[in-house]
Amino acid sequence: MSRHSTRDEALLGKSTLRLPDGVGQVVSNCAHATGTAHCDYLRITPACASREQRRLLAHLLPILTLFVTLLSWNGTASAFCGFYVAKADTKLFNKASEVVIARHHNKTVITMANDFKGDVKEFAMVVPVPTVLEKDQIHIGEAAVLKHLADYSAPRLVEYFDQNPCTRYEMEQKMGVLKDNLPASSPARERGRALGVTVEAQYTVGEYDILILSAKESAGLETWLSENDYRIPFGASAVLHSYLKQNMKFFVAKVNLGEQAKLGLTHLRPLQIAFESPKFMLPIRLGTVNADGAQELFIYFLTKQGRVETTNYRTVRLPDALEIPLYVKDRFGDFYRDLFAQQVKRESERGVFVEYAWDMNWCDPCAANPLSAEELRGLGVFWQESPGRMGKGMPMAQNVFLTRLHVRYDAAHFPEDLMFQETTDRSNFQARYILRHPWTGQDDCPAATAYRQQLRERYEREAQTLANLTGWNIGDIRKAMNIASLATIEEKKWYQRLWAN
Amino acid sequence: MRTDSLLDGLKTRFSSFDPRLYQIASLSTLLLYGLLWLHFDVSISQIAVTLGTALLTQYAGIRFYRLPVFDPRSPLISALSLCLLLRTNDLAIAALASFIAIGSKFVIRWKDKHLFNPTNLALVVVLASGLGWISPGQWGQVAWFGFLIACLGSLVVTRAARADVTLAFLAFYVGLLTARAIWLGDPLTIPLHQIESGALLIFAFFMISDPKTTPDSRTGRIIFALLVALTALYVQFSFFKPNGPLWGLIACSPLVPFIDWMFPGTRYEWSKPSSGAFSVPVSLPVLVPSSISQPRRIS
Repeated sequence: MSRHSTRDEALLGKSTLRLPDGVGQVVSNCAHATGTAHCDYLRITPACASREQRRLLAHLLPILTLFVTLLSWNGTASAFCGFYVAKADTKLFNKASEVVIARHHNKTVITMANDFKGDVKEFAMVVPVPTVLEKDQIHIGEAAVLKHLADYSAPRLVEYFDQNPCTRYEMEQKMGVLKDNLPASSPARERGRALGVTVEAQYTVGEYDILILSAKESAGLETWLSENDYRIPFGASAVLHSYLKQNMKFFVAKVNLGEQAKLGLTHLRPLQIAFESPKFMLPIRLGTVNADGAQELFIYFLTKQGRVETTNYRTVRLPDALEIPLYVKDRFGDFYRDLFAQQVKRESERGVFVEYAWDMNWCDPCAANPLSAEELRGLGVFWQESPGRMGKGMPMAQNVFLTRLHVRYDAAHFPEDLMFQETTDRSNFQARYILRHPWTGQDDCPAATAYRQQLRERYEREAQTLANLTGWNIGDIRKAMNIASLATIEEKKWYQRLWAN
Repeated sequence: MRTDSLLDGLKTRFSSFDPRLYQIASLSTLLLYGLLWLHFDVSISQIAVTLGTALLTQYAGIRFYRLPVFDPRSPLISALSLCLLLRTNDLAIAALASFIAIGSKFVIRWKDKHLFNPTNLALVVVLASGLGWISPGQWGQVAWFGFLIACLGSLVVTRAARADVTLAFLAFYVGLLTARAIWLGDPLTIPLHQIESGALLIFAFFMISDPKTTPDSRTGRIIFALLVALTALYVQFSFFKPNGPLWGLIACSPLVPFIDWMFPGTRYEWSKPSSGAFSVPVSLPVLVPSSISQPRRIS
């Protein structure tokens, strides 16, 4: 029985974009759209308004001014994102695959990460592609670069340390600022012909044997694939039929054991394809046929203009910049996995989640350094000057925007392939969670007393945030935080505080 | 007897009810729901600027062309639709879109009708110039079904003299999508998923339905709806661009004068909803005589 299920999993993986038993990486990002600098554009008062116009404006302007005021107030949050502590590490999610899509205009480079763990003889992938690919359009990428990209964009944990409230109080008194400054945060060509399957091209690239197939009808293609040892899950025929009617070709890869031995590789390297097509999409339907449960997919977009979103599913930013209890520091992986599951449920299992959207020039805080121009070229960023042509020592401005999407999909909730569009939105976002360490000094001043009283409320708030984000039991959280033992002695009734003096 | 008189009362009330009020209410509710529950990427300031610019442009236009009445209802509908659909990080672009929408009504005209649906034109200009974007997938099922019911409700409540173009467009569009799915051998969940977009509903119930920019006769409107649906699907499945209906409507709008010439009908007035047939209007005798020197109306 167990032999069977392992085999079934291998079967599934063979016919899909994702790879069997792949264990992916969690990635995400932190900053969110700030939307602060809009106020200047509200000068819509005509220079010489008529009396009627002025009367109308007199009604409208107070409303507009109110909004401007609200906006400016929101805009004061600091951009500082805290001290980096940890990231949601790789291998958190089962059955995950990773894809990098670098795209500008219609030119697209797709890197398919390969985290296949089983016997390489068992490995195969079938990917629908919009065009017949020449040998030059297929390339082998570096797994390390992809790992770097995943680390750079991973969801992160940051920490802050509270200041001594006595000194802070003094400073605030001096500055007259009382607001909280916490950052918001071929073999049988004849047979093929008989089945209506044409092997458009056949190449060996690195350790892979690659075929580009086109077919007249799906039944023939299905038969051809199974006769050639590509085990296609039952039910795939309908999906193959749909892709064929849409004039898609099939990119089929298997491992060439001889080449692999010659190269002395122990792992499979990412496969890259480059093509030109107006279709900005990722075929996921083959992956959902006969799939055993939902699958995870991480998609990293490298674009010139701005953020990428799905046009046929809801693209949702994960909750971010929230304060959570300190003990999560040692359980950040569990925290993030449960948070993600909770968000998937909240979106009725139909959401696509943004984990990171950031300009490739920088990060704050950095879970890993931004990728170099060379690494980006390795992932298909073709619109940048090659590093050799750049002046030495010059800081290189990366004209690259990274969007990291995370989707958990199955056939019931994701009937259609993922379609995307690039927007002009360059606002930054990262899935960032905050640990805020309390001040533990012994100073005594009215501000310190008030601080200690507020601390318990803050812990309670953090506990509720955590329960809400992850679905963990609130009682267990409070116990883990040891809230009950906290400074109850400090707590006074409201009237005691009123007449304390 | 009493129930009958109550029903008659309601009937009379709704027959004189301006459909735009109901439209403003449903668009506002949807916008509020989008802001609070769906976290639409639209700021309060963008909404204020869009609404403000639309009203100001309408007012300025009325003054410039010396038209007698300032009516905020039509510009509000255009502006609310823009708030629901247009995404940009720049308030100046939100203002520009609003200005183009309302301004076009005064400037781009043919035989006393404006040629393009204001919201449609503004969205296409912003999309084509790459200044902003539309997020067609951001609605979710609950909002979609809720809004669908509200839209259908509007047809009932407001007598919907010109609902034919909306219903014809939806029938052609959904029908063709379903036919495509059957041809591809896809499950019907795919076309169902494809129509589950709030943007499509706004388009069908608030843009293509605009009686001021659609052909005057019923035959003309049904032909127009078919042309828009075909162009929309062509854009979606040959150019692989989202928002097909928007491009379809903008491409087909210049054909309206030609369709009107082929199939003439009566011009639409918001105060006297009619289907455009040359028959005697069903409404009660109008108190205000349709005077000989009827002023030009822009709404």
